[in-house]
Amino acid sequence: MTAALEIVLRLALWLLLAPLLPGIINRVKAWVAGRRGPPVLQLYYDLARLWGKSVVLSNLVSPGFVAGPAVAWVALLAGALLLPLGSAGGVISFKGDVLLLVYLLAVARFCTAWAAMETGSSFEGMGAAREVSFAVLSEVALITAVLSLSALSGSVTLSGMLAPSVGAGAALLAAGLFAVLLAENCRVPFDDPNTHLELTMIHEVMALDHGGPPLAVILHGASMKLLLFAVLLCESVLPIGQLSPVAGAAALACAVLAVAACVGLVESLTARFAFRRVPLLLTTAFLLCLFALLLAWKGGPG
Amino acid sequence: MNAAVSLLIGLAMGLNLLSLASSRMPSLIRIVATQGVALGVIPILMEGQFSWLVALVSAVTVMLKGVVIPNLLHRAMRAVKIDREIEPFIGFVPSLLLGAAGTIAAVAGARALPLLPEHAGSLLVPGALASIFTGFILLIGRVKAISQVCGYLVLENGIYLFGLLLINSTPLLVESGILLDLTVAVFVIGIIMDRIQRAFDSLDTRRLTALRE
Repeated sequence: MTAALEIVLRLALWLLLAPLLPGIINRVKAWVAGRRGPPVLQLYYDLARLWGKSVVLSNLVSPGFVAGPAVAWVALLAGALLLPLGSAGGVISFKGDVLLLVYLLAVARFCTAWAAMETGSSFEGMGAAREVSFAVLSEVALITAVLSLSALSGSVTLSGMLAPSVGAGAALLAAGLFAVLLAENCRVPFDDPNTHLELTMIHEVMALDHGGPPLAVILHGASMKLLLFAVLLCESVLPIGQLSPVAGAAALACAVLAVAACVGLVESLTARFAFRRVPLLLTTAFLLCLFALLLAWKGGPG
Repeated sequence: MNAAVSLLIGLAMGLNLLSLASSRMPSLIRIVATQGVALGVIPILMEGQFSWLVALVSAVTVMLKGVVIPNLLHRAMRAVKIDREIEPFIGFVPSLLLGAAGTIAAVAGARALPLLPEHAGSLLVPGALASIFTGFILLIGRVKAISQVCGYLVLENGIYLFGLLLINSTPLLVESGILLDLTVAVFVIGIIMDRIQRAFDSLDTRRLTALRE
């Protein structure tokens, strides 16, 4: 009974808090640029407005056009539920759950790309191709980071492996995972969430033909993915699990806010990279995680 | 070996990879200069007691590698008016992966070498091997003469690191001699670049293989 209650509570927490993060990032960007900026709760208003609209369906599309975003959203929510929150630990935890997390992220990506290609629009095909080809590199980096955490802690459960030690390896891992976060969520050096030019967008272009509730689901899923990666980054670098539950939750919230502020600062201070430079940056992220893995493995000097 | 020296050598190894990934000439020159400064400080930290000679050589190294040589290169770049893009023979991603593989091989290989016990745990030998390897990749894999000069400088940084192993037994005169050679070499290369630019209207070293009247 209590377990079911805890699951419901966590689901509500993830669902309600996720749209806050893009609002905070936009606030930081507006603050750096000296503007007032949209309200922090802007995404909530957008989601409510989109939810009230009707769905326009092309007569070409299969049911996958609507099912894709829904499945992706459920997969992301399930992935979020696997992550332990601070010292409270995970509510569902079993041996190898980290693999399930990686695969759930891949399922979400597949479904978004599939739904994007349903209408047969060439722009959305381009967006899906970019998303998937960059994911090939960022997934390698993510899996290497997971391997290094696993080698460090000798555990293959998420709640066991997210108990990091401080050192050079943690710094490398933080840099690598931050780059993966930016790439996976299509933030600035990889993609510009503000651009509205089909030729240069990645994530935004895949949602061009969606409107109403499916678009709301896509946007909410994207914000949930951002929160998921931010929590993963914080917990794999900071020793949050050893604190008391209340202090751990507070530390986790502060760390996620700091990550959001960093994303906002990066977006304000750098320009989007040319597409041919993106693989280089993702390779760098992979190498950072690889060196963290080697440090964890060998426990070498430095 | 104290932690500060390990940190500096680790930084130099990171800068190695950064130099392979950088696509602009000024940033490449800046990276090489930073590496020279980081390595130039090491002798002061390594010596247990302070000695004027070591401090002097360290200061001269930092001055030359951090200020004089980068300035010479920047001036040469302005004088020959080339664009700032680095053209690679070996693409940035492959050379970065090669460099990382070389670094890992250097760390793994140094464990197998029969080193003195006081050097066995340090990063000096892996750092030196990795820098030399990075220098070779830059020398082979870049088209323009200035980036090849930077490769030569990274190579020299590796040799310098190797020389630090013998800091107690060889006179520092040798190191000063190397520094002097290096400066003269960069001078000469600057002049040669100017001549290449006048004769071929380009700094592309691929053109030097064809004979002209």
